[in-house]
Amino acid sequence: MIECNNIKRAYKIGDDEEIVVLDHVNFKINKGEFVAIIGPSGSGKSTLMNILGALDRPTAGQYLLDDKDVFTLSDDAIAEIRSNKIGFVFQSFNLLPRSTVLRNVMLPLIYNKVPKNLRLALATKALHDVGLEEERWSHLSNQLSGGQMQRVAIARALVNNPEIILADEPTGNLDSKTGEIVLETFRKLNENSGHTIILITHDHGVASHADRVIEIKDGLIISDKKNN
Amino acid sequence: MLFTDLLDETKFSLSANKSRSFLTILGIVIGIGSVIAMISVGQGATSNITSNIESLGTNLLVVMPGSQRGGGGNAVRGGMGSATTLTLEDEAAIKSAVSGINNIAATVSSRKQVTAKGTNTNTSITGVETSYFPIKTVEAQLGSLFTASQTNSRVVVLGPTTRDDLFGVDANPIGQKIKIGSQEFTVVGVTKAKGGTGMGSSDDLIYVPLAVAQQYFTGNKAVSNISIEVASADQMALVQQTVTDLLLQRHKITDAASADFSIMNQADMLSTISSVSATMTWLLGAIAGISLLVGGIGIMNMMLTTVTERTREIGLRKSLGAKNHDISSQFLAESIALTFIGGIIGIIFGYLASLIISRLGSMTTVVSINSVFLAVGISALIGVVFGYYPARRAAKLNPIDALRYQ
Ligand SMILES: Nc1ncnc2c1ncn2[C@@H]1O[C@H](COP(=O)(O)OP(=O)(O)O)[C@@H](O)[C@H]1O
Ligand SMILES: [Mg+2]
Repeated sequence: MIECNNIKRAYKIGDDEEIVVLDHVNFKINKGEFVAIIGPSGSGKSTLMNILGALDRPTAGQYLLDDKDVFTLSDDAIAEIRSNKIGFVFQSFNLLPRSTVLRNVMLPLIYNKVPKNLRLALATKALHDVGLEEERWSHLSNQLSGGQMQRVAIARALVNNPEIILADEPTGNLDSKTGEIVLETFRKLNENSGHTIILITHDHGVASHADRVIEIKDGLIISDKKNN
Repeated sequence: MLFTDLLDETKFSLSANKSRSFLTILGIVIGIGSVIAMISVGQGATSNITSNIESLGTNLLVVMPGSQRGGGGNAVRGGMGSATTLTLEDEAAIKSAVSGINNIAATVSSRKQVTAKGTNTNTSITGVETSYFPIKTVEAQLGSLFTASQTNSRVVVLGPTTRDDLFGVDANPIGQKIKIGSQEFTVVGVTKAKGGTGMGSSDDLIYVPLAVAQQYFTGNKAVSNISIEVASADQMALVQQTVTDLLLQRHKITDAASADFSIMNQADMLSTISSVSATMTWLLGAIAGISLLVGGIGIMNMMLTTVTERTREIGLRKSLGAKNHDISSQFLAESIALTFIGGIIGIIFGYLASLIISRLGSMTTVVSINSVFLAVGISALIGVVFGYYPARRAAKLNPIDALRYQ
């Protein structure tokens, strides 16, 4: 489903200098996999995730999603891919402040024109899937704990029922116990609903929850193997 | 994005920052309100002057003594109607020699102190012939106008405003005595109000028979002007020319440029005055428009601040699938909503302001539908114009940079 062919990402620094953040990145991820991408800080993981999430264009190479060459499409078509096929979970949650949990979870639905009367049911299902207690749903997002916020963010990523969930250091701002709960949530989503999960982390303990681990260092893939 | 979602998001983000939205709306309210109020003052003045002129009568020519154009450097030109070159003989000559005239009336006017039982006022005394009243469509409200047998009697007809000043509002003064200067007169009638205020009002004056006015107040045979009611509008120019020729001949003047009289045509006067007051209305509106412009800049300022503050939010929305036009329409909708709300409240405030101005300033104000449409149109335009740039800027943000923005 996901295919990276020789992806390179370089940033221009000044006039003729550039730094190469990703180079010769090649891999395939199939539908329903639970993959961790691991590497030290600054190795290019977030850069890779932005490309996989169709947020950032590679400098060279090809990114195929469901056999479509994503970055040959128009801006609107790429936005539609983000809307329908991809759900993001960020390290810093990125919830809308001063908005309720429900409003946050329903936000993606306005961008793929889901009729209003269906929205509450979809949000309810997503919030049940991440196991957030019902009495929190009408709370403002900034009144929640870190673990609760991240579960709201996952529910928001889920609500459109996307094939792929991309999570960039989702446990990075959480203590290890709430981190475990969040990782368990991803595990369940993968096993019960068949979502493809791509989990980005610098932590081997976190990566061990995945079925497959791709290791990246200085922008190059140095290993790609199954967890036992 | 559905339209209802757009409205919902707009309402949400405007109410998230109430005090800022309020101040921005206030800028538009002041702008629109002052445009409406200023234009209402201008249009009120226009309609006031117009109705004063129209109340003079229809198809009217007024012959006045004095030179028409500052006649070639000779002599100092007197004030309007102050020269004594026009006489009752001129009137009689016009009456017998010029055709196409319905009615003709000479008047003399002067200002005098008037007293009546302890009250007094200073007003305009107009000496008139009986033919004057039908020309100016003056009618009696109380008592009667002068009859042919009263042309040498010491009687007066009061304008309603003068009656109010001398005898109290709506009093009946028929049969009472008043003193004009040192002369005593009997009130025989009060005219109906014709509307209009200030200069040229035909409600604040006292009519006396022409011969009496000449005898007691002006002391000579000259008249202040001669009003001619022409039979129809298309004969106006011809009659004006014939009267000019006749008077030039009678006054033995060969060069029309040095004529010792001038003829005012009511239609010309109306069009001159209405073009002057239209210019004034635009000027007032334009001055108020500057505050509207300032309000618009306030909107742009607020929207730019908002876009910067919400950079991360914009990045997030893009990552959730928002298209560029979803983002730009969201910000554009906010600025249009601000101007729309400001516009509506501004219209209400402008209307109230014009009511207050007409009460306190005792001048006529007219809020026309056109000025309301103009204000609404301008405010919508301001919303689009001043919201467009911030909205585009938001839409063009790179989602990665936006998400990283601190
Ligand atoms: N916009 C940018 N301009 C220049 N360099 C960048 C930019 N974004 C990221 N980088 C660099 O790319 C490298 C990889 O960054 P990132 O993908 O965030 O690493 P990771 O997520 O693995 O910690 C870093 O060295 C970072 O400094
Ligand atoms: Mg990172």
